[in-house]
Amino acid sequence: MQKFQGVDYMNVDSLLSEEELLVRNTVREFVDDNVIPIIEKHARAGTFPMDLVAKMADLGLFGSTLPAKYGCAEMNNVAYGLVMQELERGDSGVRSFASVQSSLVMFPIFAYGSEKQKDYWLPRLAKGEAIGCFGLTEPDFGSNPGGMITRAEETSDGYVLNGAKMWITNGTLADVAVVWAKLGGVVRGFLVEKGMKGFSAPEMKGKHSLRASVTSELILQDVHIPKENILPNGEGLKLPLSCLSQARYGIAWGAIGAAMACYDSALNYAKTRIQFDKPIASFQLTQEKLVHMLNEITKAQLLCLQLGRLKDSGKVRFQQISFAKRNNVYHALQIAREARSILGANGILDEYPVMRHAANLESVITYEGTHEMHTLIVGEDITGIPAFV
Amino acid sequence: MKIVVCVNHVPDTETKIKIGADSKSIDKTGVNFMLSPYDELAVEEGLRLKEKFGGDVTVLSLGGDAHKETLRKALAMGVEKATLLKDEAVRDSFGIAKGLAEELKTMSPDIILFGKQSIDFDDAQVGTMVAELLGISSVSVVVKLTIDNGKVICEREIEGGHETVETSLPCVIQAQRGLNEPRYPSLKGIMSAKTKPIQEKPAAAGELRVESIALRKPEAKAAGRIVGTDKSAVPELVRLLHEEAKVI
Repeated sequence: MQKFQGVDYMNVDSLLSEEELLVRNTVREFVDDNVIPIIEKHARAGTFPMDLVAKMADLGLFGSTLPAKYGCAEMNNVAYGLVMQELERGDSGVRSFASVQSSLVMFPIFAYGSEKQKDYWLPRLAKGEAIGCFGLTEPDFGSNPGGMITRAEETSDGYVLNGAKMWITNGTLADVAVVWAKLGGVVRGFLVEKGMKGFSAPEMKGKHSLRASVTSELILQDVHIPKENILPNGEGLKLPLSCLSQARYGIAWGAIGAAMACYDSALNYAKTRIQFDKPIASFQLTQEKLVHMLNEITKAQLLCLQLGRLKDSGKVRFQQISFAKRNNVYHALQIAREARSILGANGILDEYPVMRHAANLESVITYEGTHEMHTLIVGEDITGIPAFV
Repeated sequence: MKIVVCVNHVPDTETKIKIGADSKSIDKTGVNFMLSPYDELAVEEGLRLKEKFGGDVTVLSLGGDAHKETLRKALAMGVEKATLLKDEAVRDSFGIAKGLAEELKTMSPDIILFGKQSIDFDDAQVGTMVAELLGISSVSVVVKLTIDNGKVICEREIEGGHETVETSLPCVIQAQRGLNEPRYPSLKGIMSAKTKPIQEKPAAAGELRVESIALRKPEAKAAGRIVGTDKSAVPELVRLLHEEAKVI
């Protein structure tokens, strides 16, 4: 198979700096060498490729925008986005692992944690010596996290947590869970550590999507946690939502990677698959599909690049992140489906990456804010009228 | 140990090359360039020598401004210093070797590493010429390098086997695939490469002894032919292989 050459119809690369390109190309090569050769096997078995954790850590893929003093690369957000794009070109599950570790665990500890928490956890999480997860969603509270049932009560020497979380990426693998719970009616963040009495994280089985990723429940039954495990700097639902903004930003980029993999696979297939004595790429219907895919990928690239530049200049608004996540994941899913149709029956085989990406994107369009919720967030932003409360 | 690695900036191996309008150079539009893969092995070996013996690694390249991209990649992999000997003009292998050798004389390194060839023109001459110009020994196609008390033991790949040779420092070593597995530049390395300066100076004059006068792409492969689909086709296939293809 020919090495992936990137998809860049409008020379968007010319808008990237030398470092951004080197970061992108390095992770691209890493994914070609380390993710693509093994990922179908893991997707088939329903296992996360644990070997990748140390390799991703060596490369510096965890918390890569955080300061160098924690062992992080201190890159800008565009470079971070390009990392997410390339990881998801491999698999959404691998990108999810890095997203959660970086945006949902290291970010809240960095932004809301104590110096002691930062000094202890961030270097370990950056090195992949510790794995983290993020517990916000509950069985009955998804799009409406403010209704969460999980409660914390203050005791003489700390807190007691009770409740349950669901759909938690990396839950079973995690050494530390950033758990959001109500303390006196106010949402607070807590660091719940593996092995604490009353805390368990059983894996959820039977997924048809994100098969190469671990998804878990978190069960908290009278879990005593010490005083120093509360995130001290901030309270309220805006804290977990700020983490989601970080993660959604990465997902908007990641979706481009999945779309690129599908487009690349469909284009190569269309040029070599012969029907009626000619390549199917010579049929107008196929060309229309390919052009449409390329068109949407290119728009998504420009959208993300501008989003990243806004984020790097500190001017991004969360509604703009919703706008990009909504658009890019939606189109990536359409592209995956269209690519599958070009590959015909072969499209359903795991010899090609298309069906795996299509199935993954069915999760991606729902997690980290559903397509519908992002529509309503942007809808409220432009009309001034909230449609979901 | 003072280590210098000489590197070249070459078209990506996946690039589809088009010949330029002058018929003797390639059309560079839309072509991605990269650190030549054998030179990447040389950079990795340089870093491993530094990790083992201490000292520092400098990368050296002769060429235009575009070579900085390749130097930056070596810096991102962990090299400390980079020097670009600037010359936008076309040089032959001897011209490049001469420019590099003049600079190397001022640096007096303990060891100079090259890739066994750069994958653009595949001349495989520059390393050996540099050694000759400096009056030091050179070992090419090296797949294993061991240095002990100034004694240099190299395993070379030769047709159908390996040869082990011994020489001494200073020397030129030319890397072959198998010598090591180059590291990826880490994201931290990439970010810190920004802060490492690339020293630029004009390249010492070369002289053009060999001039490229024409480039040509290989003939397109002819379509395959199906002689038959069962055993009755065997005699005809044998005849064609014997008389036409002349392989049996």
